[in-house]
Amino acid sequence: MDDFVVRAGIAAVGVALVAGPLGCFVIWQRLSYFGDTLAHGALLGIALSFLLGTAPVLSVFGVCVVMALALYALQRDGTTASDALLGILSHGALALGLLVIGLLTTVRIDMSALLFGDILAVNRTDIYTIWLGGAACLAGLALIWTRLFAATVNGDIAGAEGQKPDQVRLIFMLLVAGVIAIAMKVIGVLLITALLIIPAATARRIASTPERMAIVAALIGATCALLGLQISLIWDVQTGPAIVVAALACFVVSQAVPQR
Amino acid sequence: MTERKIIALENAGFRAGNRWAVRDVSFTVKAGEIVTLIGPNGSGKSTTAKMALGITAPTAGTAWRSPEMVVGYVPQKVAIDWTLPLTVSRFMRLTDRLSVNEITAALERTGVPHLAKDQMRTLSGGEFQRVLLARAIARKPSLMVLDEPAQGVDFQGEIELYRLIGELREELDCGVLMISHDLHLVMAQTDKVICLNGHMCCAGTPMAVSESEDYRNLFGNRAGDTLAVYQHSHDHTHLPDGRVQRADGAVADHCDTCGTEHEHSEKVS
Repeated sequence: MDDFVVRAGIAAVGVALVAGPLGCFVIWQRLSYFGDTLAHGALLGIALSFLLGTAPVLSVFGVCVVMALALYALQRDGTTASDALLGILSHGALALGLLVIGLLTTVRIDMSALLFGDILAVNRTDIYTIWLGGAACLAGLALIWTRLFAATVNGDIAGAEGQKPDQVRLIFMLLVAGVIAIAMKVIGVLLITALLIIPAATARRIASTPERMAIVAALIGATCALLGLQISLIWDVQTGPAIVVAALACFVVSQAVPQR
Repeated sequence: MTERKIIALENAGFRAGNRWAVRDVSFTVKAGEIVTLIGPNGSGKSTTAKMALGITAPTAGTAWRSPEMVVGYVPQKVAIDWTLPLTVSRFMRLTDRLSVNEITAALERTGVPHLAKDQMRTLSGGEFQRVLLARAIARKPSLMVLDEPAQGVDFQGEIELYRLIGELREELDCGVLMISHDLHLVMAQTDKVICLNGHMCCAGTPMAVSESEDYRNLFGNRAGDTLAVYQHSHDHTHLPDGRVQRADGAVADHCDTCGTEHEHSEKVS
C-alpha cells in the first residue's frame, strides 16, 4: 500500500462495492434526489470538522444522519411535499456549508477536492475507514435486506403483514448517510450520487432478481472505479469525474443488451 | 367456532389536521365471516381498513386485533418500478418464507401457475390481480383484507373471483374484510355490509343495507334494484370457444337460459 495509485485503487473499489447494492435500493425507492441532498449536507459536515477539529468522516456522517432524521420526521408529518422538502434541505445545507467555509479565514480549503474528490491523496487511515465502514454498511444492509425489500415493493403490504416498513426505511437512510461519509474523499460531494445510481441502473439490464442486481451493481461499480482511475492516470484528469464517466459509458453500452 | 373475533373496531375514527377522514366506526370481523366495506370515493373505506390492520392508529376510539392474526393483504394499488427486477415467485415470498410447492399451489388456486417465472411488470391488470390474491392466500391467513380485488378483471372473472374468495373463507376458516365501491357483485358472498360515508351510515346483511333509507340516499334509488340482480347463482358457464357448459356438466352450442335466470332483465329476442 505504499504506492499512491495502489491506495487509490483499493479505496475506489471499496467505495464502489458498497455503493452498488445500496444504490439499487436508492433507485428502486426513487431516492436519487435524497442521495444528492445528503451529499450536499456533507459539505456542511466538512466545514464543521474544520471548525470543531473533528475527523471529517465523523462530522459528515453526523450531519447526514441529522438530515436523514429531519427528512424522515418531516415526511411523516406529511404537510410539505417531499420533493420540496428535499430541495429545502439540500440547498439549505449547501449554502450553510459554503457560508461556514467562507468564514474560516485561518485555513485554506481546496474546494475542488471537496466537490470532486481527491482520491490520489488517500492514506492508510482513509483506506481502513472505507473498508471497515463499508463492511459495516453492507452488514447492516444484509440484516434488513428482506424487510427493506418488502417495504420497497409495497409499504402497505409489509405494514399490514406485521412488519415495520418505516423503521427499516429509516435504517436504510442512515446506511446511505454512512456511504456518503466514507465516499466523500474518494469521489466528492457532487458525484457521490452518480456512483450510487449509475452502476445500479446498468445492472438492471443484466439481472433478473433483486439479489443478482445488487451483486452485479457492486462488480460493475468496482470495474468502473478501476477503469476511471486508469483514465485519470493516462490523460492526467481528475479521478472522480473519470470514474463517473467510465460508469456512464458502461451504462450506455448496457443499453444494447435486451432487457431481462 | 365462528365466534372467534379477529378484529374489533369500537367508535374508531381518524383525523388528519382538522378533517375527519372517518369517524365512529364500530364493527367486528370473526373467523369465517366476510365483511364488506362500501361507500363512495373518499368515504373512508381504505382508512378504516388501515385502522383495522394497524397500519394507521385511530385518533379516536379503539382498534383491537387478535394477537395470533396472520394477515393476507391485497392492496388497491401496487406499482412496480421498471428498475425493479421482480419475478412472480419472488413477489410471492415478499413477507414470508414459502416453499416452491406452496407458491405453486397458491398460483394454481387463482389460475395463474404458468406465470411463476414472469416479471411482475409484464403482467396484465387481471393477471396482476390474481397474483396479488395468490400471494395473500399463500400465507394461509386468518384474515384476508382485499381492497377492490376485482380491478382490471373482466366481468366473468369478477364473478369467479368472488366465488373463489367465498371458497377460501371456508377452506382457511379465515375472516375476510373486503372493500368495494359497488356492492352488486360482492353481494352473494357477503355476510355483513358496512356502509361508510365519512361515518358509519348503516350496517347489516346485504339485503337489509340495500333496503335501508341511508343506503338509497347515498347511492340513489336505483342502487337497490341493481343489487337484486345478483341474488341468484349462475347455472352455466361460457366457455372460451363460445359454447356453454351447464351446471350438470353438459355442453351446449347455444345459451338458451341466458335472460331467463335474470328475473330483472328483459328477455333478448
